[in-house]
Amino acid sequence: MKLVTKLMTPLAAATAIAALSGAAVADDHMSSDMTIVSWGGAYQDSQIKAYADPYLEMNDGVSITWDESSAEAVAKMRAMNEAGNVTWDLVDVTAASAMRLCDEGLAMEVDHDEILAAAPDGTSASDDFGDLIVSDCFIPQIVYSTTVGYRTDLVPEGTPEPSNICDLFDLATYPGKRSLEKRPINTMEWALLCDGVAKEDVYDVLATEEGQEQALAKLDTIRDEVIWWSAGADTPQLLADGEVFMGSTYNGRLFSAIVEQDQPIGMLWDAQVFDLDGWVIPADLPEERLARVKDFVKFATDTQRLADQAKYISYGPARESSAPLVGKHAELGIEMAPHMPTDPNNAQNTFLYNYEFWADYRDDIDAKFQAWLAQ
Amino acid sequence: MSVLNPSIKRPNLFKFTVPMVAAFGAIFGFITGNIYHQPLIGLFAGVIVGALLAMGLDRLAALPRWQKIWGTSAAFAVVGAIFGGVGGIVGGAVVGLSMGWFTTWIGSGRYRAGVPSYYTPGQVLWHNSFLFICAFVFFFLIAPLLPVAWLSFNAEDFFTFTPEMLSFKAEGYSLKHYYDFLGSDEWMVPLKNSLIIAPIATLISVSLGTLAAIGLSQSHVPGRQAIMAVLISPMIVPLIISATGMFFFYAPLGNWLQANLGLNQAFVGYVKVILAHAVLGIPFVIITVTATLVGFDRSLTRAAANMGADPVTTFFRIQMPLILPGVISGGLFAFITSFDEVVVVLFVGSARQQTLPWQMFTGLREQISPTILAAATILVTVSILLLTTVELLRRRSERLRGMSPG
Repeated sequence: MKLVTKLMTPLAAATAIAALSGAAVADDHMSSDMTIVSWGGAYQDSQIKAYADPYLEMNDGVSITWDESSAEAVAKMRAMNEAGNVTWDLVDVTAASAMRLCDEGLAMEVDHDEILAAAPDGTSASDDFGDLIVSDCFIPQIVYSTTVGYRTDLVPEGTPEPSNICDLFDLATYPGKRSLEKRPINTMEWALLCDGVAKEDVYDVLATEEGQEQALAKLDTIRDEVIWWSAGADTPQLLADGEVFMGSTYNGRLFSAIVEQDQPIGMLWDAQVFDLDGWVIPADLPEERLARVKDFVKFATDTQRLADQAKYISYGPARESSAPLVGKHAELGIEMAPHMPTDPNNAQNTFLYNYEFWADYRDDIDAKFQAWLAQ
Repeated sequence: MSVLNPSIKRPNLFKFTVPMVAAFGAIFGFITGNIYHQPLIGLFAGVIVGALLAMGLDRLAALPRWQKIWGTSAAFAVVGAIFGGVGGIVGGAVVGLSMGWFTTWIGSGRYRAGVPSYYTPGQVLWHNSFLFICAFVFFFLIAPLLPVAWLSFNAEDFFTFTPEMLSFKAEGYSLKHYYDFLGSDEWMVPLKNSLIIAPIATLISVSLGTLAAIGLSQSHVPGRQAIMAVLISPMIVPLIISATGMFFFYAPLGNWLQANLGLNQAFVGYVKVILAHAVLGIPFVIITVTATLVGFDRSLTRAAANMGADPVTTFFRIQMPLILPGVISGGLFAFITSFDEVVVVLFVGSARQQTLPWQMFTGLREQISPTILAAATILVTVSILLLTTVELLRRRSERLRGMSPG
């Protein structure tokens, strides 16, 4: 009996403390902690520095827990919803995932003008974000692009550095391994583009069976030289190792490897594919948590905060009104504008991730692509 | 020279020693040649160097063996220094050490020292090949850890052996990843979580596991085998299946605790992960304690009872001290299970309970940074220390058992 009492005392004390701290939450009708889900790495750091830290400074007693689970956000939100135990308050996902979560009712539909701040000149949030609001649940943050990096020191002598997306498929001029993403999106478009399909026809062609065959046939020509990646960190690592000569990845990762880490790497902007990343709020949050999240999101997506984020990472702010405010890199002091995917010089030949096309064809093309990979 | 074989003859120099050492040299030559993309030239150079070394050391038969080995190593290191700087010195010294050892081992006939004199050459060959195979098994088990520890001192933010590292220049190395690990919340919070979760889970597994093992060792318990099988099952069922089950089991339990007892979310999260990890640890405790109980003399408990001790006193004063090594090693296994566990915590825990392996898992996927290697090196060191403790305890227990009567 004595032993049992001894064991129980600290447990009871812990319970009491926990209950007390739980009670403190009720003030102010906003919960005092949030769990925010993001991607980790340099991107999450930019969010912390640009808006999470300033927000915490303004709001004493609030704490933020970061969960680096954005990569499996859709699956985890389904499981949490099923178990009736949603622990996340705000989730950073790509636009395509946001659409899926919205369709499944796992993310909350929001009125953008009501919950987001207007631009300093009074433009409403929905006009300021414009077309980038691709779903009723999606609160855009940044525009990023998928593009191609290469080792500058492995370019054969006497050959100019690669500048065209089709150099990816040109093994004769640029021999060496390539790393490409292990999914059809972007890769299939680039293959068709380099097989003579005009840019405006790419999706029409890709919608047909023959078009898909054509893209895979083009990929067949470099297949033996390809290492397939699945996480954004892979290609920069492979390039730094010199294990591949060229590889696709996100432009912010390349910026970090080239400018911050000083690696012998160069990058292309040709045929970069734009995509969007932003917040969704899980559906059916308790009132206090929802109030806190709304307060945070309003602050974190205002014009100045989105412009501030660009000081830490080379992703373009999603608000039109933020673009003129983009300044210098916070530590290196270089102008960030020329490193933005949206900079006019870089954006001469671009693709915008075609959400509608991939929503309709993704399962079908995915199956074909995976079957082709397994051959 | 050997108890088994007191009079070993030195083998014939040109028929045996020279070809053997030349072949051995050829292996090193081939590997070194490969680095410079000239494997065949390396191969021939290795054969010649090996043959010359065998003849040279044979001339110096009067010198003690250690002088020959270290002399060879020094000579190779000097050659390495001429071609490859600091890296060459280290490489040369290592190659020279093995070449010198091999040459003297073959040349003096020591390779027959471990076998009876009536063994045929084939049997001697097998005996020595077997030893080499064993050595290689150990090498391949340990070798993957070495680059991890080495790379963790990288001055760059990639998993890459830079030229500066390979030539052992100071600027290629830094402790910055260790500072990153020790100085950032990103790693210290998970470490703290691991250090909260693992000891408490261990405590629970050890208490429950020890009691279960003692109970199951009593002959009158019905269905012992079946109960044992159920308790051991977390070790056998694939972890991902246990984890999914636990996720759906603990989620409503946690909700209930929060709603009815007013506990806060973070506290409930810890409770869930700790209980889940305790379940995973229990089988290890049961197995080790059951094994220790086999050697436990039951008449001691009867003697204690005879002298008026109640069962609880008997347990703490008589039984516990004798089975303590088993309990402790079970506890260490339970601790390491919880400390290394990533699947269950990913399912059952939320971000607040992020443990060290979880952080390593996401870090490896999202940002390949050598900080993970620094963390891994620290964890490996801790694991080695823990296992050394287990081994020392096991030896102590054996010694004690050897001394105890019966």
